[in-house]
Amino acid sequence: MIIAERKPLEKILDMVAPFKRICVLGCGTCVTVCMAGGQKEAEELAALISIHRKKENQEGTVEAFTIERQCEYEYIDQVVERLKGYDVIVSLACGVGPQTLVEHVPELRVLPGVNTTSMGYPKEQGVWVERCLGCGDCVLHLTGGICPITRCAKSILNGPCGGSAEGKCELGKDVDCAWHLIHDRLASLGRLGDLAVIQPPKDWSTSHHGGVRTTVREDVKVDRGE
Amino acid sequence: MIAGSKLERVLNSGHFAVTGELGPPKGADLEQLKHHAYAMRNHVEAYNITDNQTAIVRTSSIACGAVLVQMGLEPTIQIVVRDRNRIAIQSDVLGAVALGIKNILCLSGDHQKFGNEPQCKGVYDIDSMQLIKMLKDLRDEGVFCGGEKLEGEVKYYLGAVENPFADPFEYRVDRLEKKINAGASFIQTQCIFDIERFKKWMELVRERGLHKKVKIMGGVTPIKSLGAAKYMKNCVSGITIPDELIDRLQGAANKKEEGLKIAIETIQQLKEIEGVAGVHIMAIAWEEVVPEIVERAGLYPRPQV
Ligand code: SF4
Ligand code: SF4
Repeated sequence: MIIAERKPLEKILDMVAPFKRICVLGCGTCVTVCMAGGQKEAEELAALISIHRKKENQEGTVEAFTIERQCEYEYIDQVVERLKGYDVIVSLACGVGPQTLVEHVPELRVLPGVNTTSMGYPKEQGVWVERCLGCGDCVLHLTGGICPITRCAKSILNGPCGGSAEGKCELGKDVDCAWHLIHDRLASLGRLGDLAVIQPPKDWSTSHHGGVRTTVREDVKVDRGE
Repeated sequence: MIAGSKLERVLNSGHFAVTGELGPPKGADLEQLKHHAYAMRNHVEAYNITDNQTAIVRTSSIACGAVLVQMGLEPTIQIVVRDRNRIAIQSDVLGAVALGIKNILCLSGDHQKFGNEPQCKGVYDIDSMQLIKMLKDLRDEGVFCGGEKLEGEVKYYLGAVENPFADPFEYRVDRLEKKINAGASFIQTQCIFDIERFKKWMELVRERGLHKKVKIMGGVTPIKSLGAAKYMKNCVSGITIPDELIDRLQGAANKKEEGLKIAIETIQQLKEIEGVAGVHIMAIAWEEVVPEIVERAGLYPRPQV
């Protein structure tokens, strides 16, 4: 899932200050699960904005509602007329949501209400960990299912580096050394010998470094007969 | 002989080699650096020039290296993979060769989080292993990382670092072997304070005959004060300092002299360990003591080869 955190309230208040009819738009998928931008958080933020604006004697209205996914046209289409009724939309979806909204309905004004941090999973209640950077050429088969691109602070492919101590990364005692984990995992699989292979430089052109990526699947494209 | 540098000649002739280390300044005035280099010119074969050590912006290691070359001295330029991608590194290496630099040491580099530009984007396009291999292929096969052919040829003596004090311990020997296979001709180790652990590591190295495939230089740092020792123990990644050593310093009346003694004793012990080919003395911010250490460790005069 995609993990996000709500922006600091002051930032959001600044961003919405010039507008009168405000909508806080939640998203029902990843950000609901990571408790950053579901219906509950949308209502909460709308209430906070309202209270602040009343105190400041700013006129206007603040409403909140949520759609299943802000990153798909079909869900946007269901509420498009309602959205057009606002001066501004504070989107609580990940960074994809606001972009999909304005690409699909250019007259909307959309502000980001969250900071999108990573792709990962909830490790325990209230703790979300990053696990994938979307490098476009997955190496998990080489590393026992532990991603060195994401979890090693230097994204190295031939680790662990000289900073690894007692299982922790040189970044600090609260960060596991990904390569120590990989080492132990391969050892438990009887594959420690794999580490002798010098992994060649990674082809980063499949990652974001190759420019923005578009994934095309001819076999599932809809043929509109144009 | 690959590049014919003095360091390579001394190591290959079987003499116990000595190298020093110079940290470039946070400014463009290199007088101090030149002064330190000049002061130990008869005591070391070559000088490591650090590459923005601990992720702090300093004068470029290649620029300082070129200044040493002008002085008739021999630099070993360090290259870390934190700040430059494969284009920049290969380009810089060509430039270094053109400027007369003959020794190159490959490292990962300390993470930028600890430096004075913690908000920067870390590069890490390649890792230190791939760096060694890339520079070996550039030299021996005449090809760039991307496969294109190099015009003419380049020669340099290629080294790497290894940290016997990092974990997992057993893997540290595998990693040394991997670096040899990648193309390292010499190895400088992290500062040795825990000599027992170093001896254990060397035992494993000898078991596999790796000391015959690569020249291993033990890293030694003289400790100037108790504070410095504690700082290194607690704050510098990759360094272990045993408690006994801290106690010894604490108990000493003259901390500086005790620090020197520890360094000298370490070098004397290193000389006795089979497979150790030399010592790399890292006296950063205490460069002036290097001649004394070398002399008192019985490594002076240096061989003329
Ligand atoms: S190797 Fe790439 S695709 Fe696979 S988990 Fe890591 S970042 Fe994601
Ligand atoms: S200590 Fe481990 S996780 Fe951290 S940079 Fe080194 S290899 Fe990567």
